[in-house]
Amino acid sequence: MVLPEWLAEPGLNHFLVVSAVLFSLGLLAVITRRNIIMVLMGIELILNSANLNFVAFSRYGLLSLEGHMIALFVIIIAAAEAAVALAIALNIYNRFGSVDVEQISELKE
Amino acid sequence: MALESLIQLSLVTLFLPLAGFLLLIFFGKRMPRQGDWLGTALVSIAFAVSLVILFAQLTAPGPVSAGFTWATFGGIPGIGEVNIELGILIDNLSAVMLVVVMLISMLVHFFSIGYLEGDVRYSRYFAYLGLFTFSMLGIVITHNLLMMYIFWELVGLSSYLLIGHWYEKKSASNAAMKAFIVNRIGDAGMFIGIMIIFVHFSTFSFDAIFGALSAGNLPFESQAWLTAAGILIFCGAIGKSAQFPLHVWLPDAMEGPTPVSALIHAATMVAAGVFMVARLFPIFTADALLVIAYIGAITALLAATIAITQFDIKKVLAWSTISQLGYMVMALGVGAYAAGFMHLVTHAAFKAGLFLGSGAVIYAMHAALHKQHDHDTDAQDIRNMGGLKSRMPVTYWTFLIFTLAISGIPLTSGFLSKDEILAGTLAFSTLSGHWLLPLIAFTVAGMTAFYMFRLFILTFHGEHAQPERLPLINEVPGVMSIPLMVLATLSIFVFYSFNPFGASSGWLFQALERPLSVVPEAVAPATWPVLYEAISRVHTLVMILSIVIAVAGLAFAWLVYQKRTISAEMMALKMGRLYHGSRNKWYFDEMYEAVFVNGTLALTRISNWFDARIIDGIVNGAGTVTQGVSRISGWIDNTFIDGLVNFLANFTGAIGMRLRRIQTGNIQTYLIFALVGFLVITIVLLTF
Repeated sequence: MVLPEWLAEPGLNHFLVVSAVLFSLGLLAVITRRNIIMVLMGIELILNSANLNFVAFSRYGLLSLEGHMIALFVIIIAAAEAAVALAIALNIYNRFGSVDVEQISELKE
Repeated sequence: MALESLIQLSLVTLFLPLAGFLLLIFFGKRMPRQGDWLGTALVSIAFAVSLVILFAQLTAPGPVSAGFTWATFGGIPGIGEVNIELGILIDNLSAVMLVVVMLISMLVHFFSIGYLEGDVRYSRYFAYLGLFTFSMLGIVITHNLLMMYIFWELVGLSSYLLIGHWYEKKSASNAAMKAFIVNRIGDAGMFIGIMIIFVHFSTFSFDAIFGALSAGNLPFESQAWLTAAGILIFCGAIGKSAQFPLHVWLPDAMEGPTPVSALIHAATMVAAGVFMVARLFPIFTADALLVIAYIGAITALLAATIAITQFDIKKVLAWSTISQLGYMVMALGVGAYAAGFMHLVTHAAFKAGLFLGSGAVIYAMHAALHKQHDHDTDAQDIRNMGGLKSRMPVTYWTFLIFTLAISGIPLTSGFLSKDEILAGTLAFSTLSGHWLLPLIAFTVAGMTAFYMFRLFILTFHGEHAQPERLPLINEVPGVMSIPLMVLATLSIFVFYSFNPFGASSGWLFQALERPLSVVPEAVAPATWPVLYEAISRVHTLVMILSIVIAVAGLAFAWLVYQKRTISAEMMALKMGRLYHGSRNKWYFDEMYEAVFVNGTLALTRISNWFDARIIDGIVNGAGTVTQGVSRISGWIDNTFIDGLVNFLANFTGAIGMRLRRIQTGNIQTYLIFALVGFLVITIVLLTF
């Protein structure tokens, strides 16, 4: 079977498209999900789409080894961020008895 | 600058009564005996000082005066610098007047201690007496017209206060106001006269005015202006000395306490006009003096005709005072300067005595009526008296001496001065042909003797109106009778001249040398240089005539009221209209009421109408117009200005209301906005 030319060899554009899809899905999750856990998961998706970009750029020579490095850093920071964010989520649950972002509206009159 | 001792003494005399006034008005009520002793003592000391001044001045070579510049007005256009001087002038005239004022004031103080015993405003009364004495002394010793005018008004004020002493009585407060207002009319004329002189000469000082006039410097370079100034200044004397036609206030002023009548309305204040004419004697032109003489003559005759028919003991004396003041003014008018002023002095003594005597009678009558519990009978009406001779011997004898003196019976002081006045008028008429003046003078002399003895006989002789009252009437206490005796003694001729039939050789006559006229030759009184010769020519004739006339008047009164051979009622009936005219004071009060009082009222009604309709109309019209304009501008303000402001506020509010919807507080919504915004910007950037 002969693959079409644009599929024959995966190129940079393919990675960028996947990354864009991932980013859009993450953003959609952040915007639409009511559950704070889901929102956090959306943020993780956005971060991973960024990681994908870094690595892709690195692979195709537009960046050198820095892309890998930054991706590793992002993964570490995302882990730390997830820990902090989950702690906040736990506290919110303790305080409001819910993890629904619509309910957490102390500042609104 | 060391003042001369005479000036210092006169300042002492001037300020002692003022000190008395100030102390009594503030502390009088808290002093023992309400402070009557203080006022009396201060005035007595001042009297002693004034005697020293008189003796010192009579032996001194000439007048002394001292002054200082009180105020300076610079840079007046056309005049330059004007200095207003205040100061004191002591000459024979003021020294004599000083003693007269202080003597009468002192005696009246003593008399008042008895007369006003237990009065509600006892200390205030003595305070006002002090104020009056101070003001009167101010007129006497000043050396300029300004101070004279100021003290002139102060005298008017104290007269007002004392007439209205019993102001609870409506008639007393009315009389006080009448005296004040009528005096103001004369004073207005006097003020204009003073201003004519001041505007031209830029000085008030007598000496400076006399000096400028004698140097030929006339007000506005016109002799007519000088005459006018003289007559206008004399208007002040018309008011103060109760001359026709402003004489109406003096009889009403008898509402005041009787000692006040003696001091102010008989002896001193009413003589201030005469004194002022004497003081300004040099500036009067022949025409002005003729006016003065005729005013005096009319007053003398008018008042004498009214005095004949009055029944109130004080009213008779008041009219006789006006008549005698007319005499003095007439004497000055014809140029008999010394005679006129001497009559002032002698009259002050015997008229003050007559008033104090009438005060004693009223006091005794009051006491008797009080014991009878009779509160309706008038204690001042001579028809309710009679036969008082036996009960009040001291008053009787002193009153007799005063009556003889005012009637011009020889050996009294009144004879001396009145004789000189009669001689002066007769001499004047032989020189100038004004025969009416001596005719009036002699007629009035006879009438004076008649009405004074009518008063005397009705009061002291005959039967008492109510025989059971007579034993209740008692002689007055010593504090009242001793002043009477002092004044009676001073009504004897020896104090004025050792010759009982000629005043001209006496010290007083010699001391009162007539000042030289300072007006230009053409308008100077032509009779002056030869008047004294003419007087000595007619003197013997006049003396005989005056004695005959006085005795005739006296005898007539005796026949009518003592012997009753001629019925007074029959005479009154025969006289008819004349009697009623005289009884009603020739209807002067009614005329003034009709013309001036009602005229003023009508004028006030017209101006009230004018004020209410025209002035208020204009004001109200302006108010209405303003109101309308403000209503329109208010509407504009409310509708447009406020409308704009409100619109802005409402508009902003409405926008805010809509915009606040965006602010949901929901983080995800914001995120959508941010995303949309980002996309829009990206699209825009990519497209263009």
